[in-house]
Amino acid sequence: MSEKFTRFFASRWGIVLAGAVIGALAPLLQKAGNPPNMGICVACFERDIAGALGLHRAAVVQYIRPEIIAFVLSATIAALLFREFKPRAGSAPIVRFVLGVFAMIGSLAFLGCPWRTLLRLAGGDLNAILGLTGLAVGVTIGVQFLKAGYNLGRSYKTYTAVGWIMPVIMIGLLLLRIFKPQFSEGGAIFFSETGPGSMHAPLYISLGAGLVIGFLAQRTRFCTMGSIRDVVLMGDTHLISGLGALLVVAFIANLILRQVSFGFFGQPVAHSQHLWNFLGMVLAGLAFALAGGCPGRQLFLSGEGDGDAGVFVLGMIVGAGFAHNFALAGTPDSVANGTVGGISPYGMAAVILGLVVCLIIGLTMRDK
Amino acid sequence: MTKKVDARGFSCPQPVIMTRKAIQAGEFPIEVLVETATSRENVRRAAEKLGCQVEVEEMGDEFKLTIAK
Repeated sequence: MSEKFTRFFASRWGIVLAGAVIGALAPLLQKAGNPPNMGICVACFERDIAGALGLHRAAVVQYIRPEIIAFVLSATIAALLFREFKPRAGSAPIVRFVLGVFAMIGSLAFLGCPWRTLLRLAGGDLNAILGLTGLAVGVTIGVQFLKAGYNLGRSYKTYTAVGWIMPVIMIGLLLLRIFKPQFSEGGAIFFSETGPGSMHAPLYISLGAGLVIGFLAQRTRFCTMGSIRDVVLMGDTHLISGLGALLVVAFIANLILRQVSFGFFGQPVAHSQHLWNFLGMVLAGLAFALAGGCPGRQLFLSGEGDGDAGVFVLGMIVGAGFAHNFALAGTPDSVANGTVGGISPYGMAAVILGLVVCLIIGLTMRDK
Repeated sequence: MTKKVDARGFSCPQPVIMTRKAIQAGEFPIEVLVETATSRENVRRAAEKLGCQVEVEEMGDEFKLTIAK
């Protein structure tokens, strides 16, 4: 029975199902209260968690997002059920941390992870075309490094307890979300009262959707970066069929829910500074490719015992702290003032720095 | 002589790249060792796409894939 399920999930229909379910649930999460064109965004939601913990003080993006917690825990459950929970670590963790930091800085320059890039497009946000193109370019650069022998070395089997660190951290976050303790007056845990951070679906809906998605994604190995990489590297369209399903189903769901509005300027939680939308995602795509997975995939891997993926996730959360503390993240267009948003000169410098660091990593870490 | 590819501990796409190199070198059969179910599926899919037959054997925590043309 288990083998039959495994075969199905490994098939093209399995990956299409996973993409379709994400594409259906994300607009519904938005309907249930999550921010616009942000039913799910792994980067944004990790950024909100960083804010809730006080790692940055951008008051409008602070919330412990249950979807992230559920993704990891559900991947753990799926991995245990199918005997795939394998504690492993030791493949250049510090490099993965740095890649996580810059992946987040790139994602926040654009304002979204690859999942949200697709969801933004499915909501009519044409800036996402720049983001998607950037992502593809970044991944393609990463593939050139892979072809030239780039890799971060082997990971090794390790103690069972190592594999449990990320799931246990997520249980801790869930407790913080449920009990909302305040550790000092005016201090963390922070929960936004206005802005995207204040917009969220009820806890049980977020958790439920996250558990379904986490399970399917763990079984099917859904990965947006991998989708593009596999096409560029070897013409394999297996993973990208899931990505297509996500986009199509999310667009249809948004049409039904009347959540589509085409345009560049004034899109929700988005800016229309084209060059930096593009370059932000070039950086993100390259960092994902070098780290071997998009932010969602890294969460699922961390749930099945991959400590290195866990380090990447922690890098992203710390990167979100830098992004907001140093004013690197994108500022949305303001419809009220009619002003185009974008990133600050510091943000631009950080994206360029990130690209340089990733290029050095790609060039220097390879088998000759 | 069996050609051996030890891809244990490498995360994808590394095992696939190593396997493809071995297949393109043209010496069969090839034995590929991987640790995760993801790598097992990816290597199998990549090898089958290149027109090879793949047999999978579970060995404790690891998988041995035998690839023949």
